Amino acid sequence: MSGVPSLSDLNIAATLPASFLALYACLLMIVDLFIPRTRKHVTAGLTILGLAISLVLALLPLGGVARFGDGERAFGGMYIADQFSDGVNVIALITALLGVMVAYNYLDRIQRQRGEYYYLLLFTTLGVMVMGAAGDLVVVFVALELLSIPLYILSGFRWPQEASEESALKYFILGAFASSFLVYGIALVYGATGVTDFEGVWRAVEDIIAEDASGKYLLLVGAGMLLVGLGFKVAAVPFHMWTPDVYQGAPTSVVAYMSVAAKVGGFAALVRVLGCGMANFSLDGGLVAAWQDTVWLIAALTMILGNMVAIVQSDLKRLLAYSSIAHAGYILIGVAAAGSVPVANEAARAVIMYLTAYAFTNVGAFSVVIAVERDDASNTGLESMRGLAAKQPLLAASMAVFMLSLTGIPLTAGFVGKWFVFKAAIAADLIPVAVVGVVTSLVSAYYYLRIVWYMYFEQGEGEAHVPVPLAWAISIATVGTLVLGIFPYLLSDMTNEITLAFGP
Amino acid sequence: MEDISLVTVVLMLPLVGLVLMMLFSRTEQAYKWGALVTSLVTFGVSLLLVRNFDTSVSGLQMVQNVDWITADSFTIRYYVGVDGISIWLVLLTTFIMPLAILASFNPIKDRVRLYYMFMLLMEWAMLGVFVAQDLFLFYIFWEVTLVPMYFLIGIWGAEERIYAAVKFFLYTMAGSLLMLLAILWLGNEAGTFSVPDILAKLDSGELTLSTATGRWLFLAFGIAFAIKVPMWPLHSWLPDAHVQAPTAGSVILAGVLLKMGTYGFVRFNLPLFPEASETFAPYVAVLAVIGIIYGAWVSYGQKDVKKLVAYSSISHLGFVMLGIFALNPAGIQGSILQMVNHGISTGGLFLLVGVLYERRHTKLMSAFGGIWRAMPLYSGIALVIVLSSMGLPGLNGFVGEFTILLGSAGSSVLSWWFTFFAAIGIILAAVYMLYMFNTVFMGALDKEENKRLPDLNWQELWSLVPILVMVFVIGLQAGYFFEFMDGSVKELVNYVNGYALSTAGH
Repeated sequence: MSGVPSLSDLNIAATLPASFLALYACLLMIVDLFIPRTRKHVTAGLTILGLAISLVLALLPLGGVARFGDGERAFGGMYIADQFSDGVNVIALITALLGVMVAYNYLDRIQRQRGEYYYLLLFTTLGVMVMGAAGDLVVVFVALELLSIPLYILSGFRWPQEASEESALKYFILGAFASSFLVYGIALVYGATGVTDFEGVWRAVEDIIAEDASGKYLLLVGAGMLLVGLGFKVAAVPFHMWTPDVYQGAPTSVVAYMSVAAKVGGFAALVRVLGCGMANFSLDGGLVAAWQDTVWLIAALTMILGNMVAIVQSDLKRLLAYSSIAHAGYILIGVAAAGSVPVANEAARAVIMYLTAYAFTNVGAFSVVIAVERDDASNTGLESMRGLAAKQPLLAASMAVFMLSLTGIPLTAGFVGKWFVFKAAIAADLIPVAVVGVVTSLVSAYYYLRIVWYMYFEQGEGEAHVPVPLAWAISIATVGTLVLGIFPYLLSDMTNEITLAFGP
Repeated sequence: MEDISLVTVVLMLPLVGLVLMMLFSRTEQAYKWGALVTSLVTFGVSLLLVRNFDTSVSGLQMVQNVDWITADSFTIRYYVGVDGISIWLVLLTTFIMPLAILASFNPIKDRVRLYYMFMLLMEWAMLGVFVAQDLFLFYIFWEVTLVPMYFLIGIWGAEERIYAAVKFFLYTMAGSLLMLLAILWLGNEAGTFSVPDILAKLDSGELTLSTATGRWLFLAFGIAFAIKVPMWPLHSWLPDAHVQAPTAGSVILAGVLLKMGTYGFVRFNLPLFPEASETFAPYVAVLAVIGIIYGAWVSYGQKDVKKLVAYSSISHLGFVMLGIFALNPAGIQGSILQMVNHGISTGGLFLLVGVLYERRHTKLMSAFGGIWRAMPLYSGIALVIVLSSMGLPGLNGFVGEFTILLGSAGSSVLSWWFTFFAAIGIILAAVYMLYMFNTVFMGALDKEENKRLPDLNWQELWSLVPILVMVFVIGLQAGYFFEFMDGSVKELVNYVNGYALSTAGH
């Protein structure tokens, strides 16, 4: 590959959903300057419009209606537009749409109705989308920063409230620390293979293993560093420490969005880096990747710690923070399963299914927290759920659906996600981690059910306010959770042809 | 698109009723009557299942089988049908539900609409468990039954309702999660989740399970079912759930939910893991017999009528388990009939307890005495149901228990000791049931507050009369019911024994 590629070689059309959103976000940033302070609903509306257009553009190839561009590679292999990235695009855009809807009233209430919120949200969404489509380690890094930096700002959006500032600073410092691990990992992988693109890494791995030199250990350490960097983003144990504090302090509308978006991005990148680039990286030349044991061990620890600690939480935001750690563990099972070459595609599909389920459910659950939260950020304790069913029957019913979905009860999306992930784990012969998965699901049932019983079996104030865009978000999340739970084939059929490995 | 099978119609009717209710009714009265009518229509249509059932066919009938989720490595089907093993359990469900709904008219005053929505959801899920032939589909219905019951106990239950509801949910979920892994493992090996396809693959040797694998899978399925039955020593959720649940909840729990466990053993454990079934049969039977004696013994020690009935379920279900693991046609047929019988008699007993509780707001036996004089109609019905529950000849309980004992005595895998101890259980049943009847209904009417108790009102009467009718019908015409099971059960037993023979020949 020498010489300057022509514009048509770049195959920009294949990146349409992402490149459209990039342009749109930049334009919105300028347009917003001319929208007066009191009319920021226009910015919010324009954001929704942009996300909706981008969502349609992402759904067309996923639904098999139209495929943009010429082949899957764009920008000389830097960007891979395949079924996996289509799936990530759709999840990221749905999350962002819900994120805007839950934010609008919330920002009014906390008197922070500013245009920056919306286009920063667009930029992080773009970061998530690019992470899922990354074909090169450098793209992973750029996308990760694009995803993270706006989130640092958004976490502190409620300044001068101290909790929010603390949250932003904590997230920023630890995030920067994690990014440095990622960069170091990229450097080591480059040192071992001489390339940074996944296909190049993938082709180099075979020679490295065959050489029986120290190169493979260099690669192994590199993979480990990448795992640390991305493990931080998805809040996997032991890189999860920041999660509860950041979630508790950040504005709830930001948490609703980032608890999903950061994870989607992190997992998409993990699947790309480990499942695409290093799927064949096994120290003994077998079909099981060298990193698989580490990943499933982290998965098991994440599920155990997240669920155990969630039991004793008395604040909804902290409880959901630990629950989101636990769910990172379940998704990591899927990533670990991708380490067995014959199961890799199935595992990647399982990750997509789980992330979709998690997106609807978790944004939904946080939306309910937004509904009960008071303007001064209080009333997010578990007690605020008491008696909700009597005062707000629909809100309580939605919350019950989200809780059942997080537990993994059938007819909800959460069950479908767990089904696919556990199925992949068993196909990859990772039975011990699947056992940990189901046992911790049982543990999680206790604290999710407790919220249900507070709402339905006990008496209480049950105060909540559900203005219009927030109500839409909760309704969409509820319907999404149920539809995906009852008709899982709608999504699983679309993601039947996920192919991670590169051709021979 | 093939034609819609009658089984699908029966399965979906409660759901259709539920949706119509949610769309068109606003008042509590409309929900009450809507639920009753829906469950009655479902029962009516389910009678057509019996009419269309071909007793000469041993396999599944009125099947509907369409692809639901297809993936490159596996398929999941919407696959439903009935055979001789499940038909009476489907009928039991559709029969019990209108009675449970009718019996709720008076006691349920709070959040009425939600209540009847959960009742119909419950009926749908339970029917699904009995007709699903795909493991994925089965698991969905199996787990979904937990949700309405959790709410039924938690919202409309007695004082300790929250504890009981959560315990019920977690206990049952603990078992079913292990089953989930076993289902995934089996589906992964077979490439399909539909049970008939897996059986065909096992039969043709395309799929083989090693002895050890078969045993693990047997245990994973078995523990899930054993918790639901419940078998001793996994029974501790049952007294709490039964006692705290509202009357209709107890009726459904005892009448139908427990049968999901015993049905699971017959439907899945025996045919899928015949080798392990033979190996484990004596062990299961030991637990079954312990359950029979233990349940009876603890029942006798109760002061609370509802607890007494709850523990008696453990004893009765022990008989069912013993019959199943006799692994011969008599044992299994007796068990299936006994599942139906227990649903009818114990469902009836819980309705009776509910009647007393409505009037006195206590369930302590010592609070009653001489009720016969105050409520003669009620007490007469109670006598028949009590006698049926303890297995008096001529009533339904006798046929089931007697056939089970015949089966276990003639079993090639169980020694005669099991029959002996189980027979002791029958005697104990007579002891605690008559003791209860004696304390509550006979003797002097010496408590002032019992003297003016009104007899049954029309709702209570009409929820008990159908039970009374079935007690006699099954008791006197058991042959009709056995005829339906004959083909399917014989085929199952031949399959299990044939498998054992073929492995012995190696």
